[in-house]
Amino acid sequence: MPDSVPPDTLIDLRAEFAGAGLEPYLNGLDQDLVGLKPVKSRIREIAALLLIERVRQRLGYSTEAPTLHMSFTGNPGTGKTTVALRMAGILKALGFVRQGQLISVTRDDLVGQYIGHTAPKTKEILKKAIGGVLFIDEAYYLYRPDNERDYGQEAIEILLQVMENQREDLVVILAGYADRMEDFFTLNPGFRSRIAHHIDFPDYEDAELLQISETMLTRQNYRFSPAAREAMRDYIQHRRQQPYFSNARSIRNALDRARLRQAGRLMAIDGPVAPEALMLIEPPDILASRVFGKTSEPQTKDA
Amino acid sequence: MRVTQGCFSFLPDLTDEQISRQVQYCLDNGWAVSFEYTDDPHPRNTYWEMWGHPMFDIRDAKAVMGELEQCRLMHGDCYIRLCAFDSTHTWESLRISFIVQRPANEPGFMLTRQETGGRNIRYETRAYVAEKPEGTRY
Repeated sequence: MPDSVPPDTLIDLRAEFAGAGLEPYLNGLDQDLVGLKPVKSRIREIAALLLIERVRQRLGYSTEAPTLHMSFTGNPGTGKTTVALRMAGILKALGFVRQGQLISVTRDDLVGQYIGHTAPKTKEILKKAIGGVLFIDEAYYLYRPDNERDYGQEAIEILLQVMENQREDLVVILAGYADRMEDFFTLNPGFRSRIAHHIDFPDYEDAELLQISETMLTRQNYRFSPAAREAMRDYIQHRRQQPYFSNARSIRNALDRARLRQAGRLMAIDGPVAPEALMLIEPPDILASRVFGKTSEPQTKDA
Repeated sequence: MRVTQGCFSFLPDLTDEQISRQVQYCLDNGWAVSFEYTDDPHPRNTYWEMWGHPMFDIRDAKAVMGELEQCRLMHGDCYIRLCAFDSTHTWESLRISFIVQRPANEPGFMLTRQETGGRNIRYETRAYVAEKPEGTRY
């Protein structure tokens, strides 16, 4: 034990926790995000670990900056970006990143078009991300095993170097589908060993998606009529069977189209309408969707 | 003779830690930081060479300090100054500028007098190093 700590020192972890200002972030995570139980509990665990780490650093028990790079895996629309944004807030509150900004990038932002283009491009992005979190969506596109002259490899090498040498300057979060991320890590073992926390985002349950849809509507000052709520429940069940289902994102798109149909329905009414009618989504607005019944029609992304 | 241009130039040279704090202040105000270098120390030489572009969208001083390190590697024998540009409407100009590196040896300036008509005197300052061609001055 380092000499500086008197043997009878007691540490009030509750006070540490309150002092870090973490509570709004963690409560916000619980309240604003529906479902995602395993994710939330993992983030609480990580927050606790980081809090302890901070106290240990203060007492001189640990001297190295902890590895904080993470990988978020899950299907589209399961809230990876949203959680990453909150993670940046948590890391800022605990002082593990200095500024707490989230820079969200994909392959196009990192990899160049011609020889000598990639390194400056990647470094430019890294400069913006220093002091915060770099979120790389669909990270597996960085590596194209079929093309050995692909410039993605160059971006990967720069990233790996920065992830190792500038651990105290920025946190990298890789995100993407679970199976493809697994392949990516197998082909790039350097990444796996530099990532401390793997978090898997489960798909939403039907009930959770219904709750999400209601939250989304409330935010835009709309609401379901009771019958429309049941129609939405049906819609979610049907939509899940269709291709290109992307959880909360599909729900958001469905609601956008329901609002479109509601506007058309209201315009078709002769005579004045009540103000409440402007807020109410009725069953026809949802049941007109292509997911009901007409399976013979060619499926599009916007089914 | 020590060249005094821009902020802080009558203070001892800032340490990297102090420069970094100033940079963070600039970034927190949303100013774009850039570096410029020259080997012509004449006070009327206002247009220095740019080191890359002004750095917009940067949040942390560490990124800027990395650029300064690169600039020092390439131009270790020049003057380097830091400029912070405020793009706010009606400002749209530099808010702060100071020297972050100077050559180890600064020979200073010669003052020449030229007698003209009516015994008037014209003065001229000329940097001793300017006698030598560009790139070999320090």
